[in-house]
Amino acid sequence: MENCSSCPAATPTAPPKARRRRVAIIGPPNSGKSTLFNRLTGLRQKVANYPGVTVEQRVGQTRLRGRQAVDLLDLPGIYSLEPRSEDEQVTRDVLTGQMPGMPKPDALILILDATSLTRHLALAAPVLHLGLPTLVALNMADELRRRGGEMDTAALAGELGAPVTLISAAHGEGLETVREFLSGAVAVPAPVELPVLQDVPKCRAWAARVSNGAYHAPAPPEWSRRLDEIFLHPLAGPLIFALVVVAVFQSIFSGAVPLMNGVEALVSRSGAWLGTRLPDTAWTALLVEGVWGGVGSVVVFLPQILLLFLFIGILEDSGYLARAALIVDRTMARFGLQGKSFIPLLSAYACAVPAILATRTIEDKRDRMATILIAPLMTCSARLPVYTLVIAAFLPERPLLGPFLGTRAAAMLGLYVLGFLAALATARILKSSILRSRGTSFLMELPSYRWPTLRSLGLRLLDRARVFLRRAGTVILAVAIVLWILAHVPLENGRPAPIERSVAGTIGRTVEPLIAPLGFNWKIGIGLITSLAAREVIVGTLGTIYGMEAEAQSAGLQSALRKDLTPAGAVALLIFFAFAMQCLSTLAVVRRETGGWKWPLLQFGYMTALAYLGALVAHRVALVWM
Amino acid sequence: MQLTFNKKRPAPAATLAGLARGEHGILEAFDLPEDLARRLMELGLLPGVEVRAARGAPGGDPRVYHVDGASIALRRETADRVRLRRP
Repeated sequence: MENCSSCPAATPTAPPKARRRRVAIIGPPNSGKSTLFNRLTGLRQKVANYPGVTVEQRVGQTRLRGRQAVDLLDLPGIYSLEPRSEDEQVTRDVLTGQMPGMPKPDALILILDATSLTRHLALAAPVLHLGLPTLVALNMADELRRRGGEMDTAALAGELGAPVTLISAAHGEGLETVREFLSGAVAVPAPVELPVLQDVPKCRAWAARVSNGAYHAPAPPEWSRRLDEIFLHPLAGPLIFALVVVAVFQSIFSGAVPLMNGVEALVSRSGAWLGTRLPDTAWTALLVEGVWGGVGSVVVFLPQILLLFLFIGILEDSGYLARAALIVDRTMARFGLQGKSFIPLLSAYACAVPAILATRTIEDKRDRMATILIAPLMTCSARLPVYTLVIAAFLPERPLLGPFLGTRAAAMLGLYVLGFLAALATARILKSSILRSRGTSFLMELPSYRWPTLRSLGLRLLDRARVFLRRAGTVILAVAIVLWILAHVPLENGRPAPIERSVAGTIGRTVEPLIAPLGFNWKIGIGLITSLAAREVIVGTLGTIYGMEAEAQSAGLQSALRKDLTPAGAVALLIFFAFAMQCLSTLAVVRRETGGWKWPLLQFGYMTALAYLGALVAHRVALVWM
Repeated sequence: MQLTFNKKRPAPAATLAGLARGEHGILEAFDLPEDLARRLMELGLLPGVEVRAARGAPGGDPRVYHVDGASIALRRETADRVRLRRP
């Protein structure tokens, strides 16, 4: 606990209890805004969009000593307050109180990278001009020291007329001052007259003059540059890139297996225990088979999904992802895209929803739209349960490349490549037709390499686990219950009929002629319908259907599936899932980001057509081959 | 690489793209649309500063430029239109 006796201004004028203090965090991209935000709010945060625009709004809460709560607002990263991009417009509107439904913040934390102060300080003049109480937090204090830089915060505070503090958001250094500021208890130096500066060179000249006596710039980031010599080496660079991609996939598919087996055992044992403890009624059956079986078969995939998010988190936080974007830029340009599309597309391997939000960093509207439209073709984590189940059921595990690559991981990798190629081909078509654009620019700042912190990775994983479990607890639970009921009515002689004669079975058999050419029967048909809500639901659906057949239940999902699907049908099912747009959340976020139904409907249409035709061809080819 | 074959024509202006790896130059002006030039300036590429060419993607495009301790990646088509001060 920090000692607050040194700040006498703390208590006398406590703010009225009418509403919580609102403090906005602003700063340039890569200055550590979000790290500070996460550090202060932990898990007490929520993400939404600003009304009418595609800019993400993050609001969180932090509790100070004495149980005082403060609302924190993480604003988009900006280099200036000139409203030229959507991000800058939003930041400006929020700071001037012109954002509808959003009161002007009570105070600001301007976070700047202390190792790049000559560039970043230019933002201070327009921000301080707003006249709000502002704390200038110079981040990355640890790196500044390590590289021999020096900072006299008191001198700079005098020049700026605002309190200045050195912090390290990643390591929690210097946060006492930030907390004191949040509670409204930091001494403010005498205000100074700041110039109104319009063009960038003048801003820079001002920043250089102001920081002249107070700041000694650090040496260039030697380590980052040495690492870039390796990671961007003409031969070693692409090789390391390929190794990273293969290593990530191999560890997701092999490394996650023991964990998944553990969760699976836990789910099935607890379900069985529940079954023995409760009276033998229809309600118990609904609970054990419908809820436990349906939701449980999806929850099993939590470890695998978290592992994928862990790797993406490490790549992003370490700074390697920006280098990867650079390496692939030329290749992406061949398909009409650019290096910046790579980061959203890689995130789409985890989930298309954050990927579509991440496209905001692409300034070019057409590039951005193309990236949004192809993102759901990337193999998202919701496809993993389906792929894992089908591959495990039909493909025996054998080593292919010694211990490095087995048949199952290779099949999985193949599906990932397939989705990627389909995405690139689609981008090519879109960019040479409805989204044709003149040459686009690619500017990117490469952040210094950093060790990812456990805390930031842990927060990400907790957040993802929450989202996944919430989905399992809402969408998947609802589908599981409805399906279980449809599979058990109408009753025949007071007992549920065999599933073929139930409502669900009837629906399945109605669509069977449509999907029979793909090699699917009516049970798969029910799964395809329920998976329109979310892809992984098909696993739970099959779990519920087979859960009703005593014989299949004991044999497990994999062997039950082998009875219902030929190997050729299995291939077709994999291809269908590789291309189909079965995700309500993605359609909803595309509608929100593109401002209408036109693009999401186009996306749904082309992906469904691609899935059907792809599965049809795959089934024919597989029948000939096998 | 821009070499002057024809002595009658004026020598082509030195540009960022013309720097070899490890070479540096002083930035002079942009032959770019204003908003793009502004973005470059916000990233630290201002007239008068020293820029050093570093490694880039395989094939050399886009390439990384070091300025003020920061690393900025640009495509060749952009770097071609950033003029350097003549030595």
